[in-house]
Amino acid sequence: MHNATLAELSEALRARRVSSVELTRLFLERAQRLNGTLNAFITLDPERSLAQAAAADRRIAAGQAGALTGIPIAHKDIFCCKDWLTSCGSRMLSNFVAPYDAHVVERLREAGLVTLGKTNMDEFAMGSSSETSFYGPVRNPWDTAAVPGGSSGGSACAVAARLAPAATGTDTGGSIRQPAAHCGISGLKPTYGLVSRYGMIAFASSLDQGGPMAKSAADLAWLLGAMAGFDPRDSTSLERPAQDYTCELEAPLKGQRIGLPKEYFGAGLDADVRRAVEAAVAQYRALGCEVLDISLPNTRLSIPVYYVLAPAEASSNLARYDGVRYGFRARDYADLHDMYMKTRAQGFGAEVKRRILVGTYVLSHGYYDAYYLKAQKLRRLIAQDFARAFERCDLILGPTAPSVAFDLGAKSGDPVQMYLSDIYTTPVNLAGLPGLSIPCGFGDNSRPVGLQMVGNYFQEARMLNAAHQYQKATDWHLRTPAGVE
Amino acid sequence: MALSPADVQRIARLARIELSDAELERALAQLTGIFGLIAEMQAVDTEGIEPMSHAQELVLRLRPDVVAHADQRAEFQAIAPAVENGLYLVPKVIE
Repeated sequence: MHNATLAELSEALRARRVSSVELTRLFLERAQRLNGTLNAFITLDPERSLAQAAAADRRIAAGQAGALTGIPIAHKDIFCCKDWLTSCGSRMLSNFVAPYDAHVVERLREAGLVTLGKTNMDEFAMGSSSETSFYGPVRNPWDTAAVPGGSSGGSACAVAARLAPAATGTDTGGSIRQPAAHCGISGLKPTYGLVSRYGMIAFASSLDQGGPMAKSAADLAWLLGAMAGFDPRDSTSLERPAQDYTCELEAPLKGQRIGLPKEYFGAGLDADVRRAVEAAVAQYRALGCEVLDISLPNTRLSIPVYYVLAPAEASSNLARYDGVRYGFRARDYADLHDMYMKTRAQGFGAEVKRRILVGTYVLSHGYYDAYYLKAQKLRRLIAQDFARAFERCDLILGPTAPSVAFDLGAKSGDPVQMYLSDIYTTPVNLAGLPGLSIPCGFGDNSRPVGLQMVGNYFQEARMLNAAHQYQKATDWHLRTPAGVE
Repeated sequence: MALSPADVQRIARLARIELSDAELERALAQLTGIFGLIAEMQAVDTEGIEPMSHAQELVLRLRPDVVAHADQRAEFQAIAPAVENGLYLVPKVIE
């Protein structure tokens, strides 16, 4: 059951072969058993989850169930869940019991999903390894000496280790796609504006997007349909008609044009990753796609641009953490100013403080034009590169990350080293395009390799179709880590 | 571009984050590295390019100026560090 797809779980629940309580118990037992090693979850609340499951079973019995009713889901601890601790991986919110549900949580709850727990993450979503959490690092279930990627490392780990059939994540510079790649699962970052950010603790508001993480593209399609939709409480939420992302899954791929950006296959890409991605491209040729070379000339600028814009927006968003209305407050302080200084010094971890300082600087008087405004202009160039590319192709393929997962602690010394590995994912956030990652093989040390697919705005259904067809022809997404059968 | 310790202290004060001397030194080294990374931007010609703040052409939506939410003060203040009579308590600001 822990390997079942969402469609299989749905069918089993509806046919009453398994109850939501039994299913939830099964995943809770696995989570509790393996969390000591993996640290995928910050919070598990079996009593509450089982109460939700029992309610789901009552709805199923009354014939009021939807397709997803009764299926457990893990939420990244960045989503406010009413009456659950919502820590964002930080000491600053380590006492924050959310008084409301995020829009995404509301929608998934209305679709009948059961909250399994809150997953671990890089603090305030700032990181690519899930090592900066106040609650300790998450481990990669494929190799516990390795990081799972980040910032949605807990969610990726939970799905890969079959502790949850699905999870939510967020992606600002790659935080769904890269951990999905490093953990051998599937993850999607939707077009900016498709999924409401209400109740999703803000990091960089023009880049943040919530999205699904699961074992397959078909599962992602089900979840995206439940998560996406207009929300007036998010000022950047787009009013678009509801869409069924599953109805195009079986369309044949013949004639689809795939673009390979030459900048994604240059120096800096590890040979084992290149091999796995090239094999995936060959598979797409075999499925009838036309493959052509394209260029995204401003790719290399996405790192400096992202590391100006994201910290700038973060410095503004994280100004709210002042110890006044909620969250951590320093114990000793001389006056109000000192309370702010000490609360923030003690409440935030090192990486968060670093980024706030960078952001504060680039927005400050005298530097705004040279840094922030300049970065916004370069952002437009990056978006224009994609627009030109999509005149010649339907989908863009490439590696999700330049290497497989690194060892825990290997990149903690120099933040810049970590930043450089975001080269393929950050341009997608900057342009606001949809991006997904699916497993396409293993590296030299048996750590998973992810294939990134980028589509044009609102092309999620087309992308999920292409990913699903690949997953019908291959079995990378069916592999499980040792000791996790 | 070279950051000085005074720069870092100034930014830390703007950001309301207290830095110890050891942290200041570490921050200076790391921030210098990060600014080295973003220096690449300066070489690119952006003459005539409009800044891009969002992927979509977004216009801030307006709504009627009427009360649309229930009063949840008690609920929100239940998790506050210090409250009294519906007010948030902080150290005295004005003597």
